[in-house]
Amino acid sequence: MNERRAGAHHCATCGECCTKLIDIGVRIGSAVLLRNVNLHMHCGELTVIIGPNGAGKTTLLRTILGEIPHSGRIEHRPRRRNGDAPLRTGYVPQRLDFDASAPMSVDDLFAGALSGRPVWTGISAGIRTRVRDALSVVAADHLHNRRVGTLSGGELQRVLLALALTPTPDLLLLDEPVSGVDPAGIELFYDMVSALRQRYDLSILLVSHDLEIAARYADRMVFLNTTILADSTPAEVLSHELVRKTFGVSYCEAIRHNAESGHASPHHHHVHEESVVS
Amino acid sequence: MMHLWYAAVGSLPFEWTQYTFMKTALLAVILLTPLFALLGCLIVNKQMAFFSDAVGHSALTGIAIGALLGLAEPAWAMVAFAVVLAVVFTVARRYAVASADTVVGLVMAFAVALGVVILSRGGGFASYSRYLIGDLLSVTAADCAWIAALAATVGVLWVVAFNTFFLVSVNSSLARTRGIPVWPAEAAFAAIVAVVVTVSVQWVGLLIINSLIVLPAATARNVARSMRSYVLVACAVSLCSGVAGLIASYYLATATGATIVLVSMCLFVLSLAGVRRAHA
Repeated sequence: MNERRAGAHHCATCGECCTKLIDIGVRIGSAVLLRNVNLHMHCGELTVIIGPNGAGKTTLLRTILGEIPHSGRIEHRPRRRNGDAPLRTGYVPQRLDFDASAPMSVDDLFAGALSGRPVWTGISAGIRTRVRDALSVVAADHLHNRRVGTLSGGELQRVLLALALTPTPDLLLLDEPVSGVDPAGIELFYDMVSALRQRYDLSILLVSHDLEIAARYADRMVFLNTTILADSTPAEVLSHELVRKTFGVSYCEAIRHNAESGHASPHHHHVHEESVVS
Repeated sequence: MMHLWYAAVGSLPFEWTQYTFMKTALLAVILLTPLFALLGCLIVNKQMAFFSDAVGHSALTGIAIGALLGLAEPAWAMVAFAVVLAVVFTVARRYAVASADTVVGLVMAFAVALGVVILSRGGGFASYSRYLIGDLLSVTAADCAWIAALAATVGVLWVVAFNTFFLVSVNSSLARTRGIPVWPAEAAFAAIVAVVVTVSVQWVGLLIINSLIVLPAATARNVARSMRSYVLVACAVSLCSGVAGLIASYYLATATGATIVLVSMCLFVLSLAGVRRAHA
C-alpha cells in the first residue's frame, strides 16, 4: 500500500497539472454572486470551501461545471493528455433529484453514461465489468443490480461518486455530498474520498457546512463569501478573524485543536480505507 | 407491399380479416402502438405526461390554423403548431417562469379555447368532432406509409440517442456533467413527442391519445426492474392491447381507440399484482 501511494504521488508537487480559476465573477441582474475569485487547484489536493449560507459556494461549483455564465476564465493544464484537452469534471450533487420509482438499475445508470448502446437493448459484458470495477472502488459492487430508487442515502452518494470517477476526471466537485446521510455513512464517504485523492491524484473541490469534517480531511481550506477571504491550511483559516466571527470563536478553536492533534476525533478510524486503497 | 400484407392477413380464418379497412387498421396499430410505448417510457420517467396531453389537445388549434389558412390537409399545420408549442414549453421550463404544471395547463387551456373559437365560427364545430374521438378504421394504405416512416425515424433515434434522452430524464445537471447538450436534447425530445402525437390524433382522438402513451409505460413500471424490461414490457403491453382492442372494437362496434385504452387499463390493473415484487 505504501509503495502504491508513493508511486501515485508523482505529480503532487511538480506543478504540472492544475486547474486555475482566474478572476471569476458571476452576477445575476444587479446582484453580485461572485467577485474576483482566484483559485489554483493542484492534483492530489483536497480543497474545502467553507462559508456562510448564500456565500456563493454552490454558485462557484456550478460555474466551474459551465452551468452559469461568468466573467474571468478557467484555465486547465491536464496530465497525460495534450494541452488543449477540455477540463474533465466529475460532480457529486448535494442530492440527486430524480424519479425514485423509475425502473432503473445502477447498471442502467452507468451504461447510459458510459456506453452508446441504447440501454433498453441490454448491457454488454464489457460495460458490466467496467461498472463492477467502478463500484468496487467505493465498496459498492454488490449494488450493481439494485434499483437506484431503493438505495439508502449513503449508498446512493457512493454510487454517484463512482459514476463521477468514471472515467477519471481532472477535477472532482463535491457539493455537500452527504447531507441527509447517517454519521457512519459520512465517515465512510469521506474516508473513501480521501483515499481516492491519493490513489488517482485527483484535485478535489468540496463544499461543506461541516467544519469538523472539513478540518479533518482538507489539505487546504478556502473561506468564501462572494470572494475568497482566506485560503490556507485548515488550522490557519480557522484562526482567521472573519472565519471566527462567522462560525464562532470557541467552535473554530475546538475544531482547530482537534485537527492539529492528529485527527483525534474519537469516531475517526481507517478500517474502510484498506478496502478502498488496496 | 400492401397487397402482400392484405393477402397474409386475409388468409387468417376470421370474419374481420376479410375487410380491407380492418387489415389496414391492423397494420397501423402494429406500427403505432410500440411507438407510443417507446415515447411513453421516457415521458413517464420525465414526468411529462401532462405535457404530452397538452400537445394532443393543441392539435385542435393546429387544425383551426390550417382551416384559417385554407389548407385542404390540416396535418402540416397541426404538426408545425405542436412543434412550436413543444419548443415554447421547453424554454418556459428552462427559465421557470412558473411551475411546469402551471405553464402547461395555461397554454393548453389557451390553445384549446383558441381552436374551439375558430372552428366553431358559424356553428361548424361538429365537422371537426372526429378529431376528439378519432377513427382508426379510416386509416389508409398511404397513411400507413407515413406511419411506417415515422416509426422508422423514432426507431433510429431510439437506437442512436436513447442514452442521451435517458440521462437527461434522470437528472439534467448530471447529464450536463457527462457532456450532454441538455437543452437541445430536451427540445428535440419534446418536438418528437409533438410530431408523433399530432400525426396520430386523427386516428386515435385527442381525448384518449395520452392514455395510449402513458398506460403501457405505467403498466411496465409495475413489473420492471431495469430499463430493458421496462421498455420491452411497455412495447409488448401496448402491442397486445392495441391488437386486442382493435379486434374487440370490431365485434362490439365501438370506437377503436377507446376500446384499446380499456384493454390497456385491464392490463394495468393486472400488473398491480407485480408491484410489490418489482419494488423490493
